[in-house]
Amino acid sequence: MGTLLDIRDLHITVGGRALVDGVDITVEPGEVVGLAGESGSGKTLTALTALGFLPDNATTSGQVLLDGKDVLSLDVRALRRLRGDRVAMVFQDPMTSLHPMLTIETQLTEHQRAHRDLTRKQAREHAIELLDRVRIPDPHLAIRSYPHRFSGGMRQRIAIASALACEPELLIADEVTTALDVTVQAGILNLLQGLREELGMAMLFITHDLAVMNVVSDRLYVMRSGKVVESGVSREVLAEPQHEYTRALVDALPDTEVTR
Amino acid sequence: MTALQVEDVVVEYKVPGRPTVRAVDGVSIHVAAGEVLGLVGESGCGKSSLGRAIVGLNPLDSGKVLVDGRAIAPLGRRARPVADRTVQMVFQDPYSSLNPRRRVGRQIQDAVASRGGATRVRELLEAVGLPASAADRFPHQFSGGQRQRIAIARALASEPRVIVADEPVSALDASTRLQVAGLLSETATARGVALLMISHDLSGLRVIADRIAVMHFGRIVEVAPTDVIWSEPRHPYTRELIAAIPRLGRDAPMPSAPERRGVVVRTDDEARLVECAPGHFVAADALVGA
Repeated sequence: MGTLLDIRDLHITVGGRALVDGVDITVEPGEVVGLAGESGSGKTLTALTALGFLPDNATTSGQVLLDGKDVLSLDVRALRRLRGDRVAMVFQDPMTSLHPMLTIETQLTEHQRAHRDLTRKQAREHAIELLDRVRIPDPHLAIRSYPHRFSGGMRQRIAIASALACEPELLIADEVTTALDVTVQAGILNLLQGLREELGMAMLFITHDLAVMNVVSDRLYVMRSGKVVESGVSREVLAEPQHEYTRALVDALPDTEVTR
Repeated sequence: MTALQVEDVVVEYKVPGRPTVRAVDGVSIHVAAGEVLGLVGESGCGKSSLGRAIVGLNPLDSGKVLVDGRAIAPLGRRARPVADRTVQMVFQDPYSSLNPRRRVGRQIQDAVASRGGATRVRELLEAVGLPASAADRFPHQFSGGQRQRIAIARALASEPRVIVADEPVSALDASTRLQVAGLLSETATARGVALLMISHDLSGLRVIADRIAVMHFGRIVEVAPTDVIWSEPRHPYTRELIAAIPRLGRDAPMPSAPERRGVVVRTDDEARLVECAPGHFVAADALVGA
């Protein structure tokens, strides 16, 4: 199998400002690749191109190849087939990424029925299975509820379940644990790790928290003002950062070593 | 000298037709002048309710909050008496805690108790590392970190004895967090203000807090000097919190996720704090199993 996602020399310019300025990123099947950097560094914008999302009035150049096909040149119908099926996304804020007025069932089955030839009942059963897999207690009851019934951590699990429904080859996780408590964060990170081993799914993991990056990603790219400043095997890069910006980010982290 | 004394505080939320929720269940803490006490716990543990109760934003159902030995009246509809302005708060989100339509200088001046505001405003802005010219600008002209500095300057304006900061840096970028947290604790310590820093992030408090109190389901389960909490945590919940922190390093393990449990209700006897080393208190329920 070849490279799953291959972003080549991507430029995104909006109103004369280069927001993404010549980025090259690859993701192999089953690999977890991290994108790190401060807010405004272009990491989310870069990741969204894998779904064919671009800001309005943007001029772009370069290629975003998913399995060898350029996502940027696809038409609307082809993009629809891609989104939520082969590539799925989980957003930062679980309080707003679920629709407050639709039941969990609707939000977990709609895309399954659009992309797969499933009956309502089959989709529903699969949804219950998914909720169970992301460790939502009492999935039969949960599926009939609305999002407000769940806590932030639970909602993030539901958002992950929804993203996994069509067994995507690539999951884009944008700051998925930033809004959560450390204990809940640890639960979500373990869950993603387990799902990755089980499904062999690749992940593009966006976070500014380098300690989280260190434990989840295989390789990482550090971005700053639209450019990749450093990349490599995560633990190597973070243990001995070569670029001064990466070093500054690492130094900004509070010390977590336990002194004895 | 103890600047902030919180004694046996209970905060309850009563909703008609639903069981009463006891968010803070008999908490006692004290913070000395110039000391930084970190209060950690996960969301829903009652740490923000406690913080809001201390400044008077939540009424107390029982217990006392004393600043320099004097009881603070909860906020009502009227302006707070000058004597009660010795306790101030810094909120989590500097995007909504500053008035977007008033100039920064005016907002700080409001809190300056004495006359001759303009020089004082300049002083305060410089103390938090902003130019004096910032006074003539509006909040939207500043970044998140700068806005939080303005909020800190405003909290300092009334020369408080106690500042309660509720997650003051969690809305900021990782690279500015340490700076703003450091600024807050340094200015508070230098002015002899007692600082209660509420956070869910134990690692962020490490360099800043002198002591740490761990809160779990409305109770304080462990209080100790910061180094001791990190090196010798006694309560199982404190250990879980530390184990869940992701770490840097070549062979850092996956952070461990605690088992999900239902609501833990501790009786007064189980929650009684026992001194297991000088200055290190732990809830009695941790010692039963050991």
